[in-house]
Amino acid sequence: MAMTFHVDVVSAEEELYSGTAEMLFAPAVDGEVGILAHHTPFLSPLKPGELRIQLEGGEEHFIYVSGGILEVQPHVVTVLSDTAIRAKDIDEAAALEAKERAEKALKDKQSDIDYARAEAELAEAIAQLQTLQRLRKKGR
Amino acid sequence: MAVGKEIREKIGSIKNTQKITRAMEMVAASKMRKAQVRMQSSRPYATKMKNVIAHLAHAHPEYKHPFLGERDVKRVGFIVITSDRGLCGGLNTNLLKKALIEFKSWRDKGVDVDLCTIGVKASQFFKRVGGNLVSKASHLGDAPNIADLIGTVKVMLDSYSEGKIDRLYLVSNEFVNTMTQAPTVDQLIPVQVAEPEEKLKHHWDYIYEPDSKEVLNLLMTRYIESQVYQGVVENIACEQAARMVAMKAASDNAGNLISELNLVYNKARQAAITQELSEIVSGAAAV
Repeated sequence: MAMTFHVDVVSAEEELYSGTAEMLFAPAVDGEVGILAHHTPFLSPLKPGELRIQLEGGEEHFIYVSGGILEVQPHVVTVLSDTAIRAKDIDEAAALEAKERAEKALKDKQSDIDYARAEAELAEAIAQLQTLQRLRKKGR
Repeated sequence: MAVGKEIREKIGSIKNTQKITRAMEMVAASKMRKAQVRMQSSRPYATKMKNVIAHLAHAHPEYKHPFLGERDVKRVGFIVITSDRGLCGGLNTNLLKKALIEFKSWRDKGVDVDLCTIGVKASQFFKRVGGNLVSKASHLGDAPNIADLIGTVKVMLDSYSEGKIDRLYLVSNEFVNTMTQAPTVDQLIPVQVAEPEEKLKHHWDYIYEPDSKEVLNLLMTRYIESQVYQGVVENIACEQAARMVAMKAASDNAGNLISELNLVYNKARQAAITQELSEIVSGAAAV
């Protein structure tokens, strides 16, 4: 019987896979790696690609990862997978967006007050309408 | 009968309100359950990552990642997580109060505060109170994506790397149980690494590809992001729990009010009948 080891595939949002395997193929940044039991401790980032988990009976599991980190210890292999597509420019753009949102929020002081005022006026108008309706009903 | 028309109308309107609060309570209960599941399923990632980081930090004394080292505090960063919507009791108020106290204690020491808000309530609050808002995210929904947070967190991480801030804290609600949510302040950077227990005895190290520095950098960023994500998910569970409790209280109060008004209404009705009877009787007696 071939040696098996434990594999955990987790992302920040959920646990994707947990179980024993005979062999694991992962798309490491420097090329695809195949991991067997008793592999030396190994740590590498992953490229977007397919994670292939070979189970004991020869069955295979495929999990798509959009990047992440592979951690190998003799008996446990952990894949910390990313769920989002990550690239430097995309991250940069997202950061800029977040900054802009903050600046806009600070500048928008005026509009927020306007909004609050409009809301208050609307509430008042609705109350007036209701009173009118009630009066009309009573009058009948 | 014209008796107590006003009371009847009032009872009707309270009943309508009660229907709404009860519906909200049930919606919040089911959402809370989902949020709790999400909270639990995001936990292994952070735990695993923390283990790796702890190991790396101890196995690699020659390379100190900036996120691991303490430095003089001249300016601090805060990430404040609140809900987008209200009607959830004192959840946001308590959290923001805690944040303000924290800010004040830093300002008293002459340290300025940079802010990053997640959630509408936080950004509205700090717009009103004032604060140096650097980045912001909101409307993440019930099932937030980590992709929506990357940018917001990156702003803070970058300003740490550039030396604009010397510490980063996370202010969020901790889900103790359905009835209790505790506002907490956690230090994100410098990362506090637990001492590995037995690992140091037999010293081993990973093979790194391409090299340890790069891997550690990546790990650190992911770790902080996952911490913030966890905070957001936990905060959603807190929000729904708090809303459920608040709406339950509101429904109960409405019930009390209705029964009180019913009593008043019945009394008035009986009084009217008695009065009418006595009028008839006295009228008959006079004849």
